This record gives sequence, structure tokens and C-alpha cells, in this order.
Amino acid sequence: MPELADVAKTTRAWACYDCGKCTATCPIARVGGDYSPRRHVLATNLRDRKEIVSNGTLFSCLTCSLCDRRCPAEVGYTQLIQKLRELSHREGVEPDCPHGGALQSVMRMMATGGTQQNRMDWLSDDLKTEPKQGTLFYWTGCAMYYDAFFPDFQVTTLNGTRAAVRLLNKLGQTPVVSPDERCCGHDLLWNGDRQSFESLARHNVKLVADSGAETLVVSCAECLRTWKLDYQPFFEGKPPRIMHITEFLAEHVPELKFKTDGQRRVTFQDPCRLGRHLGIYDAPRQMLAAMPGVELAEMRRSGPAALCCAGGTWSNCDRFAKQLQVGRLREARATGAEVLATACPKCQVHFRCAMKDPNLGGEIEIELRDVAELVADALAE
Amino acid sequence: MPASTKRKPRGKRGAKKTRDTSTARAEARGSSWDPRIVVFACNWCSYAGADTAGVSRIQHQPHFRMIRVMCSGRIQPGFVLRAFEKGADGVLVSGCHFGDCHYVFGNERAVEQFEKTKNVVRLLGLEEGRLRLEWISAAEGVRFAEVINEFTDQVRQLGPSPLADKRVISSQSSVISKERAAEVVH
Repeated sequence: MPELADVAKTTRAWACYDCGKCTATCPIARVGGDYSPRRHVLATNLRDRKEIVSNGTLFSCLTCSLCDRRCPAEVGYTQLIQKLRELSHREGVEPDCPHGGALQSVMRMMATGGTQQNRMDWLSDDLKTEPKQGTLFYWTGCAMYYDAFFPDFQVTTLNGTRAAVRLLNKLGQTPVVSPDERCCGHDLLWNGDRQSFESLARHNVKLVADSGAETLVVSCAECLRTWKLDYQPFFEGKPPRIMHITEFLAEHVPELKFKTDGQRRVTFQDPCRLGRHLGIYDAPRQMLAAMPGVELAEMRRSGPAALCCAGGTWSNCDRFAKQLQVGRLREARATGAEVLATACPKCQVHFRCAMKDPNLGGEIEIELRDVAELVADALAE
Repeated sequence: MPASTKRKPRGKRGAKKTRDTSTARAEARGSSWDPRIVVFACNWCSYAGADTAGVSRIQHQPHFRMIRVMCSGRIQPGFVLRAFEKGADGVLVSGCHFGDCHYVFGNERAVEQFEKTKNVVRLLGLEEGRLRLEWISAAEGVRFAEVINEFTDQVRQLGPSPLADKRVISSQSSVISKERAAEVVH
């Protein structure tokens, strides 16, 4: 892998002075996983291809970016792991995909294309949308696939999607919701499959460009990261303004009329993509604070220090991930909150899965909602 | 790291290598296209049913590849979706009749898994006729042949899978070439 020298340069791996803070910080390493970020940094600096490809822990990384924040030498570890996975993928190394690789297959089939997806059934009659042209594009993400695939956990990520469209309508917007939208390619990119990612990126960028939209509103934190950072090289001309739904709502708070009844304590799970990857911490909190009768109780680790839901890229579901999820849910319960709000469908899927544990169920159960869902519910009629 | 963005046009050698034998056979018989079907069968009933069809010399169409699993309950959505990803034109899932499962309730699990699979396949926009669930016992050789003939005809009517045409892309993304594998090993 001659590229390792380039990778060490672009990710600043060369700057590592072997202090080991990354491994000490790593949530997986802390719960006992045989995984050390430092090992990958050192292997990169030693150009040790064999170690990277065959040590078997390349896909243990949650890519939650917590080590990036703690590294005193500013090594971009998350970026490094993305590059290493890409290089390894070319050598045929793949993650042990949870769910039998079903989700990866779905994403690759979307990358291949050729079929007309039936992804619009969730749109109820009261929601106003445009199929093709408009000034605002609403990016739905793969929520409908999650809801279809995880009925056993009562996953209802589409509620957040519906709520987002309802809120956009309330603000006088008729967003474009396209039946031709495809997976953003986030997970394939983080699994190392750049080729499939690129075909998805090109399709999606063209789709949004053809709609003539000036603003792109995204609900899923992972799609947002992909659009804001990873799609940059694919834009031709002026890219649209890309915003998270909570950012869009925060800009229009005065136009929203809320109910004044009720009193609820809510805690917020910062999705790693929204928080550490993109630095968006305030917008969702602003929305929670804007609702009368909602009291925000922060978890012990929140904001830049928040713990990830431990399953970002469908490549690392194991007992350590489970331990992290259970720990995080206990933290949420300890705030005394009735509701755990989040802004990423993946967080919902993984926390709901953890809550299914028959030995713990009652101890860690908490109502799980998307921020947009809470906002839409709090609107005055 | 410059990732190659365009697929190289397939050379004559590459094309020869991946030449599909079933298409070649179809051409030899004068028909233009035969479907490729993947059949998942449980060890105790359906696979034995296929065996019965074979030893009883019951004629049926030969355009399917059979994958034996211990129980139909094992057939999770990932298996079926992978088959479609790799370009299968149809997938048949088969197991023991209700009440006959070797593992008592495995086929009930199979139904749950199948429902999930069906929902995802529908979302993806593949025709529902490309996917089927059937119960076939070890004694039902005749029925096995009937199901295969019926399903093959049904898939033939639907034509090649829209994903099959571009199969090359997805197989490139996840299959290790022999040269690569050798490199990794050494």
C-alpha cells in the first residue's frame, strides 16, 4: 500500500507521539474490546500493511470521533480509519456485517440501480410535497427501510420523517420529496466501498441539482455528514445550502406556535455525526428549549463528550456495543427524564434494540423520540 | 488517494471469463434467456423433497441453484437480499410444512423473516413475483417439481432482474479476485 504515506500525511497520523490518549478515550477499548486506535496510527506510520489488513479490528472502530477531540497532536483518527478501510476493501477485507449483511446488500442494490423504489408510502394525505421541482429539497434518508427491517423492535423512525415534513408545511414550505432518492452511501463509504459510494453520490447530487433546490433539509445525522463533507467533490456549480432539520427549525422558531400545557423532562442524545463530526450542538437544544413545558436535562456525558449509540456503520455490533448502549440508556434514565430525544434514526434503532434485552428491559426503558417529532407534537393546532 | 471513478470497459478476456454458462446453454437450445433462480431448502424436508423428485425422475426445469440450510428459520433477509444483489432473477425459500418442522417452530421463524424480506424487496422496487415461500415435505417430489416449474415460468415472464444487468458492479465491489487473494495471503 504505497498510499499509506499519503494517508499518514493527510490525516496527520505522522504527528502522533504515541501518548495513547486515543485508546484511553475509546469507548470500545474502555469496555474491554480488543481494540486500540493507537495501534492503527502506529501501523500507518510504520507502513505496516499486513498489520492493518489482518489484525481483525479495523471494523471495531465506531467512528464516533471521540478520540479526535482528545488527541493532543490533532491526528484525524476518524478520517484515518475511513481511508484504511477503503484501502483494505480493495484487498477484499470486509466487515462482519450484522443482520447477515442485509443492509449492505440493500445499499449496494441502490447503488446498482435499475429499479423504481416504492419509498413514498409513508407520505400521508395531509402532507404537501412536490415530486420533482422546488426551492427546498427534503432528504428523507433510509427511514422506511429501517422501519420495514426492524419491526421486532417497534422501530418508528418514519414518525420523525413525517413530523419534519409537517413542520416544513407549517412554515409555508412545500418540500421536494423525491421517489428517486437513493441511499446516501454513508455506510458503504465507512465500510470501505468507495466505488458504490461514488455511484450513489453522483446520482444523489444530480437529483438535488435537477430539482433546482437552493436549500436541502436533512433529518438523518449521517446523511447530513455525507452531504456536507463527503459529497463536496461531486458538486458542480453552486451547492445547495445544506441544513439539519433542527437548524432549519431553529431559524424559524418565532413562526412556530406551541401549546403551553404539559410539563416534561427531556434528555438529548447527541448523534456522533451531528455533534462531533459537524459541530452542531446548539440547534437541537434550541428547539427543545423553545417548547414551553419541556425541561432539558443533560446526561453526564453530553455535547462534545457524548457517548455514541455504538453502531454507526452497520459493521460493528457486538457485546461491547451492547454494553455501551445499555450504559448510555442508564445515563439517560439517571437524568430523571421521561423522553430521550435524538436526531438520528440510527440512534433510535440501536437504543431500541438494546431496550429489548429481556434481562434489563425495565431498567433501561425510556421513551425514544426524534426532536422533530417532539416539536411537531408540541405545535398548537 | 485517487480512487478509480470509471469502470474499465471489459476486454475480450474478461468477457470470456465471466461468460454465463446458463445463457450459453439457452442460446444453444435456441431460446434467448433462462432465469437464474436461487432455491433455499431446509435439510429435513425441502431438500429431501428435491431428492425425491430427482430419484423418481420427475422432469422439471433446471434453472435453479439450490442452497441447503439446516432449517428454513435460518434463512434471514440477508441471504435472500444477497442473492438479489448478486443478480438472481428469483429466490425461492422452502421448508417443512407447519407442524412438521424438525426444530418444532423453525418454519414459523421463517415466515417472520420472510415477511421482513418481502417488505424490503417491495421497497427496493423488485417485483414481488421474484420471491416466494413454499412448504415442501420430503415425500412431495411431484410437488417440488411443480413448484419449480411454476416459479421458473413466473420468473421467466418477469424477465431478467433489473439488478442482474449491472451485476458486474456489485460483484466487483465485494468479491476478491484471485490475484488479490494471493496478494493478501502472501
